[in-house]
Amino acid sequence: MDDLISIRDLKREDVELILNTADEMEIALRSGKINTEMRGRVLANLFFEPSTRTRFSFETAMLKLGGSVIGFDDPKITSIEKGETLSDTIKTVEKYCDLIVIRHPKEGAPRLAASVSSKPVINAGDGSNQHPTQALLDLYAIKKLKGKIKNLNIALLGDLRHARVMKSLIYCLAMFDANLILISPMGLEIEKEMVQEVKEKFNNEIFQTNDIYAGLRMADVLYVCRLQKERFSDPYEAKKLENAYKVTPDLLKQAKDDLIILHSLPRLGELDRRIDDTKHAKYFDQIQFGVPVRMAIIHQMMR
Amino acid sequence: MRMEEDKLLVRKIKNGSVIDHIKAGNGLKVLDILKITPDNTAVVMLNVQSKRFGKKDIVKIENKELNNFEINKIAILAPNATLNIIKDWKVVDKKKIMMPKIVEGILKCPNSNCITNYEPVKTRFCVEERGLRCWYCERIFRVNEVI
Ligand SMILES: [Zn+2]
Repeated sequence: MDDLISIRDLKREDVELILNTADEMEIALRSGKINTEMRGRVLANLFFEPSTRTRFSFETAMLKLGGSVIGFDDPKITSIEKGETLSDTIKTVEKYCDLIVIRHPKEGAPRLAASVSSKPVINAGDGSNQHPTQALLDLYAIKKLKGKIKNLNIALLGDLRHARVMKSLIYCLAMFDANLILISPMGLEIEKEMVQEVKEKFNNEIFQTNDIYAGLRMADVLYVCRLQKERFSDPYEAKKLENAYKVTPDLLKQAKDDLIILHSLPRLGELDRRIDDTKHAKYFDQIQFGVPVRMAIIHQMMR
Repeated sequence: MRMEEDKLLVRKIKNGSVIDHIKAGNGLKVLDILKITPDNTAVVMLNVQSKRFGKKDIVKIENKELNNFEINKIAILAPNATLNIIKDWKVVDKKKIMMPKIVEGILKCPNSNCITNYEPVKTRFCVEERGLRCWYCERIFRVNEVI
């Protein structure tokens, strides 16, 4: 693997390799074994958009592998504010580091970065397009928490039109033969093209609905994402949809007993805080998988 | 082509290009791509009866040879069209215009949030069954959306 830009670029074997490596990393982390394979290597975290979890977990992953981290999470303090092009920024930064992690509000920016960089590039989220490392960690989380992925009924709920993680996730869940249930309020459905593409490519079941009750009843996993307000060109449109979906204790009465709930976080109002203490809530457990999975990704890319 | 010519409303041309077998309805768009200058005389024939295709459009331009850029652009809009090069009233070359697998630097990405609309970079689209996919933002577009 030279770069990790989109789940579309990955074959099933690539994903399996990352998941298996993540397993080894997690075991080693738990045993307290010190890993120094990245000693002397530098990872550059280029965050053109804010992030907490993704940025910190890449940083922790690199430090746990014995490497170092440089970067920014506020492009205002760099030459970018002076109008430097992305290509020029990348051609500069690559001279200081061995691996580049980039998050950018414009779709396709990581692909562009990879095309001008001689160092490997990892996409940490580009606009509404892709967020492959989050999807890989979610896949890993589901596998860990449920023991498998194949034939699970996995419901994705929320702003499927704008959430980049959902686009990466649908693709890799289908790749591993999950049954997909896509639930979104009217107007926030995932693009038809994406559903067609996944159906044709992986030949699996996809059930789409605007009715949260109908979608939830059969689910083994409920994956929720927030309304992606920042992707709306009209803030008023976003405002109208603010309370369009919400997971409440009442709703969960309809759910399977062993349903687990995941969320890419941060959350707005779509997860009622009263469900945090239920056995279904796994979104804070999910976070812990970020480090081993990103360690595995770094390990595979730097081989 | 020759047989139809007799029945056509339009005379033959001495030198230039004839783009034949354009899907009916796309003739004017093909003409638009060709950026006709005052030196070229051009004519578009719409809904010409064709044995093989039912109805088709034809574009004839006098005193113009198409460059690769123009041919590639036409290929996206009118796959399966044929290009006849005319010299001294005769067809001296006949090319089938093939849809390329990758289209580079010709089209603009219609996604306003695509990096190619902000950085000095050549656009690139991969031709897939359902349309053209931007190599950068990964969105898929129908041909009439990008031209
Ligand atoms: Zn694009």
